[in-house]
Amino acid sequence: MAIQQKTNKEIFLNGIFNENPIFRLALSMCPAVAITTNLLNGILMGVSVIFVQICANSTIALLKDYIHPRVRLPIYSLTLATYVTVIDLILSAYFPVAYGALGLFIKLIVVFTFITMRLDVFARKNTVFPTFLDAMGMGLGFLWGMMVIGGVRELLGSGTLLGYDILGFKPMLFFVLPASGFFIIGFMMAIFNYTERIYKEKQSKRRIPA
Amino acid sequence: MMNAQSEKNSISNCLHVSSAPHIQSEVTISKIMWTVVVSLLPPLIISIFIFGFQTLIITLVSVVSCVVTEAVSQKMLNRPVTIKDGSAVITGLLLAYIIPPGVPWWLPIPGAFMAIYVTKILMGGLGYNIFNPALIGRAFLMATYPVALTSAWLAPIRNGSIFTYMNANVDAISSATPLYVLKHYGMAALIEKFGSMSVIYTDFFFGFRPGCIGETSAFLILLGGLVLLYKKYISWHIPVSVMGSTALLTWIFGGESFFTGNPLVAILSGGVMLGAFFMATDYVTSPNQKIAQLIFGIGIGALTVLIRLKGGYPEGICYAILLMNPVVPALDQWFKAKRFSEGATQ
Repeated sequence: MAIQQKTNKEIFLNGIFNENPIFRLALSMCPAVAITTNLLNGILMGVSVIFVQICANSTIALLKDYIHPRVRLPIYSLTLATYVTVIDLILSAYFPVAYGALGLFIKLIVVFTFITMRLDVFARKNTVFPTFLDAMGMGLGFLWGMMVIGGVRELLGSGTLLGYDILGFKPMLFFVLPASGFFIIGFMMAIFNYTERIYKEKQSKRRIPA
Repeated sequence: MMNAQSEKNSISNCLHVSSAPHIQSEVTISKIMWTVVVSLLPPLIISIFIFGFQTLIITLVSVVSCVVTEAVSQKMLNRPVTIKDGSAVITGLLLAYIIPPGVPWWLPIPGAFMAIYVTKILMGGLGYNIFNPALIGRAFLMATYPVALTSAWLAPIRNGSIFTYMNANVDAISSATPLYVLKHYGMAALIEKFGSMSVIYTDFFFGFRPGCIGETSAFLILLGGLVLLYKKYISWHIPVSVMGSTALLTWIFGGESFFTGNPLVAILSGGVMLGAFFMATDYVTSPNQKIAQLIFGIGIGALTVLIRLKGGYPEGICYAILLMNPVVPALDQWFKAKRFSEGATQ
């Protein structure tokens, strides 16, 4: 087999760093830019995505032998739609204020590319436990990406964090505007590429003497 | 060590291999840039007498922060530090020239970071930037500090006391720009506020009107622009087409009915003069061929008039140039230089 068998730890960490959906794969930029004006929105969105990703991945991993390959995409959509409806109703019941800001994007989780991509690439070919770890990693990767963007934008844009006044003034209005989302994502991508380069240089140095 | 270094330099100068033509010229990038800097200085000097001493402080902060940003970022990226070629100084000067005179002194610093680091260095350095750095700096400041950028206008000083505005409360002394008056209250209000038509023309021509730091004195900008034209550092195509199309379109659409707008006020009362001579003609962000330059200039003029008359802002030259900048690669593609050997194929 050409593909190396990954350990559970590698599967889990893959989504957080190596294939981080926002900063490495550049998928689902729409919610990452549109709703990350504050930290709370980012966290709620990330948690909803973790829930949907884990449930849908596990379901597909369990049912994979009964899904005909030709109809797999409609099945994925139906599975996702089921869990999105669940999280949608929960949020509208318990977080009505945040739901007002997030509402549309919660429903859009159905078509988040990286979730569907994980179902097709990973859940369809693996057993439940590695699929669960993969979904957990991907969801956490998305969550911390949203938290970083949302945190920076809330702190620099309105001087607060989670609604608490930190700075006492509004440093730069620019960071409330959508353009700053792309701005921060760009800088985070640069940081990711830089750390990858440093890491690879270190590895190659370690390998040469041996 | 020193010898080896200089020897290497001289050899690389002597044995420089390049394709024809081999005509040597004294003109270098840094020489052009420093000439532009000198031709930009007169509006700064007059602005000290029009808006007070704080304009000099704002301009110095802007220039120094641009140069420091360029030096630090090039050092960090392990690139050769090119602050001596003067392009960062020009960006700093232009950035200060297009912000209002009553802003806090530190305001150019984030603008300089955006202009030099994000717009120029991250794109690959001088020659690779798609947008005019100074204008991006201003657009960023406009999005970030909209209150300061739209209200810190000062009425011109006429009695020579240049320290009037040094510690004054800007909110209490701010004054509307001619374009704002024209947009919201019409021509009659402009005459009521700034005097009769002939007073308006002379005042606006020499710079005694509210406006950005370096844009008010049409006379001195024209002087600097003519120096650049005389030295053949810029060609007449872009400035003439920008100002011509602005004047023409304002004359047609600017008034109450068709063909009643005032083209002269339109050119003298905003940043069109400064933009046409010093920003739209930036080598990196303007097309090479003459026809393309004319189209580029007409596009800028049309967008300026569109923003002024129908848009939300009173002045549109900044965004007009920024919108035309990304069209430049296409214009360069469509209008290519004629080959000397017609039969030659690729």
